[in-house]
Amino acid sequence: MSYAISVNGQIHHVEDDGQTPLLWVLRDTLKLTGTKYGCGVAQCGACTVHVDGTPMRSCTLPLEVASSARITTIESVEGVEAQAIRDAWVARDVPQCGFCQSGQIMSAVALLRTLKTPTDRDIDVAMSGNICRCATYNRIRAAIHDAAAQLGAAR
Amino acid sequence: MTPILQPQSRVLSRRSFLVTTGGLGIAVAFGSVPDLASGAAMAPAAEGDFRPNAWITIGVDGTVSIISPAVEMGQGITTTLPLLVAEELDADWSRVRVVQAPSDAETYGNPGFYGIQLTGGSESTRGYNALLRMTGAQTRLILLTGAAGVLNVPVGELETEPHRVLHPTSGRSLDYGEIAARAVLPDPLPQATEADLKQSHRWRYIGSRTIQRIDVPSKVNGTAVFGIDVQLPDMLYGAVLRAPVQDERPETIDDAEARDVPGITHIVPLSYGVGIVGETVEATRRAKDLLNVTWSTTSRVRNYSSQRLLDEYRAVGRDLGQQGVPAHTNGDAEAAIAGATTVIEADYMSDHVAHATMEPMNATALVTGDRVEIWAPTQGPTGTQGFAAEVVGTTPDKVKVNTTLLGGGFGRKAEADFIIDAVSLAKAVEGRPVKVIWSREDDVRHDKFRPLEAQHVKVGLDAEGNIVGWRHRIVADSIFARTLPPVFEEAGGHDDVVTEGAKFNYTVPAHQIEYLRQDNGLAIGFWFAVGVGYTRFAIECVVDEIAAARGIDPVALRLELLKDQPRARKVIETVARMAEWDRARDGRGLGVAYSDAFGSHCAQVAEVSLNRDTGAIRVHKVWCAIDPGVAIQPLHIEAMMMTGITNGTGHALFEQINVVDGEVQESNFDTYRVIRMSEAPEIEVAVVPTPGSPFGGIGQAGLPPTGPAIANAVARLTGGVRLRHYPFTPERVKAALDT
Repeated sequence: MSYAISVNGQIHHVEDDGQTPLLWVLRDTLKLTGTKYGCGVAQCGACTVHVDGTPMRSCTLPLEVASSARITTIESVEGVEAQAIRDAWVARDVPQCGFCQSGQIMSAVALLRTLKTPTDRDIDVAMSGNICRCATYNRIRAAIHDAAAQLGAAR
Repeated sequence: MTPILQPQSRVLSRRSFLVTTGGLGIAVAFGSVPDLASGAAMAPAAEGDFRPNAWITIGVDGTVSIISPAVEMGQGITTTLPLLVAEELDADWSRVRVVQAPSDAETYGNPGFYGIQLTGGSESTRGYNALLRMTGAQTRLILLTGAAGVLNVPVGELETEPHRVLHPTSGRSLDYGEIAARAVLPDPLPQATEADLKQSHRWRYIGSRTIQRIDVPSKVNGTAVFGIDVQLPDMLYGAVLRAPVQDERPETIDDAEARDVPGITHIVPLSYGVGIVGETVEATRRAKDLLNVTWSTTSRVRNYSSQRLLDEYRAVGRDLGQQGVPAHTNGDAEAAIAGATTVIEADYMSDHVAHATMEPMNATALVTGDRVEIWAPTQGPTGTQGFAAEVVGTTPDKVKVNTTLLGGGFGRKAEADFIIDAVSLAKAVEGRPVKVIWSREDDVRHDKFRPLEAQHVKVGLDAEGNIVGWRHRIVADSIFARTLPPVFEEAGGHDDVVTEGAKFNYTVPAHQIEYLRQDNGLAIGFWFAVGVGYTRFAIECVVDEIAAARGIDPVALRLELLKDQPRARKVIETVARMAEWDRARDGRGLGVAYSDAFGSHCAQVAEVSLNRDTGAIRVHKVWCAIDPGVAIQPLHIEAMMMTGITNGTGHALFEQINVVDGEVQESNFDTYRVIRMSEAPEIEVAVVPTPGSPFGGIGQAGLPPTGPAIANAVARLTGGVRLRHYPFTPERVKAALDT
């Protein structure tokens, strides 16, 4: 079946089964490989994308559901929060293997869009769905605080 | 340095030249190389004998390309090793490009690691640093000599600053790019010696806190290419249905429904499973679920039940009548213990743990006649060549491996099972590349776990409390018996990695380490810190048991046992100061542990609390002092310690694989629990290098002390309740509290 899907501001016409997880459509049909497969059951967060601005796990989101929403992936997430998060991630040398970091960044950007100055507890709640097997958690936490502070100073 | 690499005869082009130092061939190529984005560009530029084997290429624009012979899996090595070259070359780091080495062990194998290309064991910096620093120094001499010709001055009047050769008397200078374009290569080539290496006070990059990792920018915008991201023209996807119990084989395969899944192109029976090839990942997964396979029921792994076996291993450890293979013998420990005033005896154990790298096992292969090309996140390009050649019936030199970034390795990606999958399916559809991606469930169920193990430690003390003898018996299956049989056999049935870390630097007059191999068929493998991850658990907890028996402070006891070890004392004293060791905390306990494994000294203090009703442990904070010898990238060493400590906490508290009748019970992150953000302790790291020391390993050095520091903290918090079995699940903690 054919679906029109809005990804990163562009409409793509995709021929696929409606039950196919959005993740594989992004990665293999649209060649947007920044979004990662990590578990397939919404347990690790590596596949996090924004669906109408909300962070969601694309590995369990069927194409037919996703096609009614605006999808944003790591390749195109923009705005002051995204820039601040990326800058903080680079300044803190957060990624190690880096495989989970697309998902971490998508979750962190969504957090900062919701809460301007998240507490450690807020960060725990927003980020504990994203596993990092290199365990970069301490630097992720510090980088989120840095980004929040930078955005606060800019306001 | 052991000259494992022999000088090879090489035919060189006019634009490249060979430098030989000691037994190691070093080649440098000058000239403009248009595209060095991949290792392929370093491979032969034309058909025939031309083979520069270059480590360094200097383009006429001054871009310096440096090969990274080790693979990047998050440990930062593709920054570290080229940085060592750039330091001695006096290159401007901002004008350096790093190129991943092609599969060519003769040129790029690790001189400190059997001369092969295999990244692991925290061996990369230790094995390559001498070669790479000398390569950089020699290339700098060549640039100086070349510049002397261009400027028509004696070479002795020249010096370098980053990326330039200067002639201070005349004020003239040349950029490295200009030299590459204009210089005549000196003949004979200048030879570098130790004396040409920079003194440490002249280092610009080593030890700098401003050097960042080269791979980070691509990892914040989705452009980093891992194995799973490889896209090739005309590529197909593959999946493999594996047997529920290791070593079983498909007996009958009903693939009628699977074949009907749209997009499925091939069903490929394999000796160990059934392969599916199709147009999309999703199609191969659906088809895999629809296969109806009956499996053989003859594997001896069906008898494998981990909790029952662990009880047996423990009994073997305690039965001192059962002789093990000697792993280390210094004096007669048993006789010394027989004459001791006090004897401390304890069993320590750990369950299997899984790697669960965030990037599941995957590989892409293309088979064309007797040639194979592989794109994979592999720790072992050399092994990959060998296994792929075996599948196709060709020779390893006909297998080209393109190593991608690895989404985690931890030893798992030194295995070849995922490579064999891809090559087997690519062989069946010759001429088209096939990418095989394991499901997370397969990744966990068919992992090569850290060994199930039990250890028995028996220590004797004299009337003054001095240690007179130390026996350490390690009961586990072997990793080397499966992965490196000749090494295992040559060692007389001893497994150096399974008992790794049992040998320590504490001063004891008699020390005996025995290995009692248990062969029960389940494949086990190299996990983060391998043997050290559990041997130091036992040792560091026993040291605290000795301190408790003597009624002295655990930090003081360690300093006493290490009185001739200034580097060890330094990290222990530093971490005790950082943690304010002597300050009591209300409701919380502190525990200390130390390790000298991997050539680095690491001491940690953990601060924990305990919910006595539930048995749940909370690790609030861990302090860490690390002396890596030379601290090449201090910022990154801090990151590596955080990784070791946080995963050290997670594996001590949560990680557990259970095997029942050969079937692995866990399968995804909902059943295999790993540490998450909300559970990660706060961490403070002090990097305290010792000038003049050798380069130590860093990748795994942070993990071993964390678990024993936690157990020791719990013991001190509870008046002596010992946790001796990883992981410290709430049930086990409750049981320990109740006894």
